[in-house]
Amino acid sequence: MSRTDVLVEPDWVEAHLDDPKVVLVEVDEDTTAYDKDHIRGAVRLDWKRDLQDPVRRDFVDKDGFAQLLSERGIANDDTVVLYGGNNNWFAAYAYWYFRLYGHDDVRLLDGGRKKWELDSRELTADPPSRERTTYTAQEPDTSIRAFRDEVLDAIGAQNLVDVRSPDEFAGRMLAPAHLPQEQSQRPGHIPSARNIPWSKAANEDGTFKPDDELRQLYADAGVDLERPTIAYCRIGERSAHTWFVLHELLGQSQVKNYDGSWTEYGSLVGVPIELGEGGH
Amino acid sequence: MCGAQPGGPDIDGVDLTRAAVVQGRVVCDGVPVAGAYVRLLDPAGDFVAEVPTSTDGAFRFFPADGGWTVRALARGGSAERTVVARTGAITEVQVEVPSAK
Repeated sequence: MSRTDVLVEPDWVEAHLDDPKVVLVEVDEDTTAYDKDHIRGAVRLDWKRDLQDPVRRDFVDKDGFAQLLSERGIANDDTVVLYGGNNNWFAAYAYWYFRLYGHDDVRLLDGGRKKWELDSRELTADPPSRERTTYTAQEPDTSIRAFRDEVLDAIGAQNLVDVRSPDEFAGRMLAPAHLPQEQSQRPGHIPSARNIPWSKAANEDGTFKPDDELRQLYADAGVDLERPTIAYCRIGERSAHTWFVLHELLGQSQVKNYDGSWTEYGSLVGVPIELGEGGH
Repeated sequence: MCGAQPGGPDIDGVDLTRAAVVQGRVVCDGVPVAGAYVRLLDPAGDFVAEVPTSTDGAFRFFPADGGWTVRALARGGSAERTVVARTGAITEVQVEVPSAK
């Protein structure tokens, strides 16, 4: 798999705006941005309402995912191009999700909404119109999703990559600095985790850094990419961004995203937690 | 919730005696810039957080105590200011960005 199979440039998107087999999907946690304007023809996925189970803490299931994509007019053989705000965090999460449910051709728009806006490219408030489809989802591919027990087993045995900011990693903060800090979990990180913030993999405009720089980034942090890796953050969307880098751009096969992340781990009774910068 | 809302987080309900607040506006020729991207960078220049500005050009962060750089990206270009955050204090900063050609 090469970079262009998973990542597209804004010019490519502009050239395919009227291609009926290319579906643009804007993914956000806060969908007011989509309501104001979006790339022409883009359908919307709401990270919380559409992709999370309304009662339990989990994903929508296979049938729910199939129904969602059918409603949005996405077919199994469509090329899906995901983009969004927050440097593509939630778009990367949705990408991981499309892969989990076996969608064949899914890509990210490099730079997401930010680069598109900063480049002054066309946005519209017009709603898209796509015919309903009959989408079939595959059984979830758990080779890319980590659960808490395997995270505990991975301590000291696999690469654990904590992609939060250094202050969150060290336990000085419980949430990123664009959020209030009052939370219920214990601060800190999973013992033996390396702190490589997601943002180190991205340029200022939200685009991904070149492959050689990305490889160097993880090598310099002492991550042996030949070993299995679990990435985590606070709720699993920033770590989906890093999962995309490791699994899709760098082609590492054994990489999982731990979507339970710190909001699960930091609430567990009795598990080990490390504070400070880590002993590496 | 983990993403950034335009303008940054609400201050309502936050115990300001326990938080450090850095907030302000992005302006261009004195006019507030909506939809600019404001990044909070640590003393090493590493990214910590980012919010898009609100319709009135406002942004807000709740950083840890210490020195920070507030860097704004807009269509016309970028600009930055340094600030010091302190628990219990609201630090105001205005960032003037170049005008788009």
